[in-house]
Amino acid sequence: MTKVENNKAWWLVMPVFLIVAFSAIIPLMTVVNYSVQDIFDPYTRYFVGTEWFKQVMTDSRLHDALIRQFIFSFTILAIEIPLGIGVALMMPTKGRGASLALILVAIPLLIPWNVVGTIWQIFGRADIGLFGAMMAKLGINYNYASEPMHAWLTVVLMDVWHWTPLVALLCYSGLRAIPEVYYQAARIDKASRWAVFRYIQLPKLTNVLIIGVLLRFMDSFMIYTEPFVLTGGGPGTSTTFLSQSLVQQAIGQFDLGPAAAFSLVYFLIILLVCWVFYTTIMNMQKDK
Amino acid sequence: MAWMSWTLPTAAFFAGIALILIAMTAWQVVSPSVERRGFLPLETTRGDRLFIGLLTSAFIHLGFVALSDLSLYVATALCVIWMMILMRWG
Repeated sequence: MTKVENNKAWWLVMPVFLIVAFSAIIPLMTVVNYSVQDIFDPYTRYFVGTEWFKQVMTDSRLHDALIRQFIFSFTILAIEIPLGIGVALMMPTKGRGASLALILVAIPLLIPWNVVGTIWQIFGRADIGLFGAMMAKLGINYNYASEPMHAWLTVVLMDVWHWTPLVALLCYSGLRAIPEVYYQAARIDKASRWAVFRYIQLPKLTNVLIIGVLLRFMDSFMIYTEPFVLTGGGPGTSTTFLSQSLVQQAIGQFDLGPAAAFSLVYFLIILLVCWVFYTTIMNMQKDK
Repeated sequence: MAWMSWTLPTAAFFAGIALILIAMTAWQVVSPSVERRGFLPLETTRGDRLFIGLLTSAFIHLGFVALSDLSLYVATALCVIWMMILMRWG
């Protein structure tokens, strides 16, 4: 079959292209321009070449933020993906229970990010919060505002609570799409519960899991609001992730040049990871 | 355009990218690209190889800025060679 290359449908894509040009490409070009200049005001600016990039690439605070960011993203993936699959497997499939479970599981997804931060800020307090008070009763001196490990634990728990439902819902829909005949065949072969999961359910879930991993990785890599509300990046800088370092630099100190250089490095990292995920997905589908 | 704070090097950079895209489009119209497998562990079209080349070139330049005091022209020259190898045998 010959593919039609000269397709009129391309004109229908034009509006989207124009919108993207205004919302993404022109701002990105401006950021590139800012990244090579020292800007005092719109009329006073000096070309500095790659100085900001050098500063950003050798800044130990940013290295730390990047390492923290990767640790955070991989930690929550390692928890949310298995947990999401587990929750999806346990959710009822028929009757009223199914609808009720779906609604209950979806609730955290409906809550805005800043509210999630506030909920956990109160939830974790030892004097008025349920979680904090419970920890205090257990004899653990839990304080997310002063102990870096406790702050990390709270941020990770918060993200797991907020986003495991997404993975669970994706897996739930994936599980519902498996035809009954597979299970019937498994019953005939007297397959164990584990064998059913390993050889029927897990392979059939591959595609939704890849989407889940991709979404969760991207989202967690850009996390800003929840830790900002919960810990403000502290104690010290222990929960300051990349986007928060960027905002501190761009808005807090108004260092537009270094912030622009940092944005571009951040953008390139995300672009690289996106591309790796995208290529993996496309190749896995091709192999099938 | 003044608010975008253009400089000559960045304008030249974007003009270069735009020229490459136009040239690649023209090339695609004249002789459509076919997916093939080279030394990269995946099947790629010409556009894929261009994208991989540009992205790796960006990281090579960043690496030069971060780790060495050599002129960036060295990095650019290396990237041009890398790009040619990638487009031909990638």
